Amino acid sequence: MKNAEEIFNILKDNFGDAVIALDKDTPTEAVITVDPLKIHLVGEFLRTNEDMMFDSLMCLSGVDDANGKKVKDADGTDIIEGGTLSVYYHLHSVSLKHKITLKVSAPREDAKVESVENVWKCADWHEREAFDLVGIKFLNHPDLRRIMMPYDWEEGSHPLRKDYKNPEFYQGMKVPY
Amino acid sequence: MGLLDKEFSDGNIVIAPVEDLFNWARLSSIWQLGFGLACCAIEMMATSMSHYDFDRFGVIPRNTPRQADAIIISGTVTLKMATRIKRLYEQMPAPKYIISMGSCANCGGPYWEHGYHVLKGIDRVIPVDVYVPGCPPRPEALLEGLLKLQDKIRNESLRKKSA
Repeated sequence: MKNAEEIFNILKDNFGDAVIALDKDTPTEAVITVDPLKIHLVGEFLRTNEDMMFDSLMCLSGVDDANGKKVKDADGTDIIEGGTLSVYYHLHSVSLKHKITLKVSAPREDAKVESVENVWKCADWHEREAFDLVGIKFLNHPDLRRIMMPYDWEEGSHPLRKDYKNPEFYQGMKVPY
Repeated sequence: MGLLDKEFSDGNIVIAPVEDLFNWARLSSIWQLGFGLACCAIEMMATSMSHYDFDRFGVIPRNTPRQADAIIISGTVTLKMATRIKRLYEQMPAPKYIISMGSCANCGGPYWEHGYHVLKGIDRVIPVDVYVPGCPPRPEALLEGLLKLQDKIRNESLRKKSA
C-alpha cells in the first residue's frame, strides 16, 4: 500500500516531465496531473508495476472545465473560447488496496488524449462516452464512434459542453419543448 | 353494449350491426406490442401480472408489430428511439391504437427543458389515442387508460375512423 505522495514520486522518477503535479487538497483521492500524450504509458506502468498494481479502472470521466473566455456568439448567446477539457481516471488496486486519481487536460478547441483502452479494456466504452458527450478525441482508440447520441448526430456537437446549444430539429422532429 | 344485449329469438342466431360486431371484437382483444422503454414499463409489466391482470381485458403482449393492435409508449422517448418507434408503428397493421403512458411520453416530463436527447411528446411522431398522466402512472391509471381506449373503439364507425 502506497500513499499519494509515494506514488507521485515513483511516477516522477520514471516519467519526469510527463507527470506534472500532485493535488492533495481534494475531498477524496489525491489527483496527479499527467501529460495527455503520455497517459497510456503512465497507465501501463501503474497497472503492471508490482508496487502499484492498479488493476481496476473504476471510472473514466470527461469534464468540461469551462475555464476559457466567455464571448458572445453572433446570435447573442455565450460560447467559451480557449481553456481546457479534462479526463479523470479513478484507479483502484484490488490486491494492494490503494487508490489514486489521474487527470489530463487538453486544449478545448482540439482536445487530444491518448487512449488507455489497451491498458484497461473497460476504458473502451468510457472513452466513447467522453468523446460523444464532451468531445475529447482519444488517439489510437479502436472504435471511436458516438455511443449514446445517434450516429448521425451533428458533427462536433457534444451535449455536455457548458456552452452547448440544442439543434432545432433532428430528422424532422422538433427538439425544443 | 351492442352485441350480447340483442334478442335471442331463435336458437343460435344473433342479429347485430356489423360495426358493433367489429368494434366488440377489436376492443375485447387488444394485443399490445411487447415493448417497454423506462420506469413506466415496470408499471406496465406489473399491470400485466396476475394482481392487476391486463389479460382480463384481452390485453396480451405480442412480440411482433405485424400482429399487434396497440402500442403502449411506456417511458422516456429519446430522439434515437423515436425513429425506431416510428418504424414499429408503420409496421403495425391498421386498425392500430396508441396509449401514451406517463409524463415523458406525453410531453417530455422532467426532461422538458434540459433533455437534449428527449423527444418532447410522442405525439410529435405518431398519433396518440389516449394519454395516461403520472410519473409513473399506477397500474390502476393504465387500466383506466385502457378502458378509455375501449370506449373510443366501441364508438368507432366503419366509414370514419375515430380512434
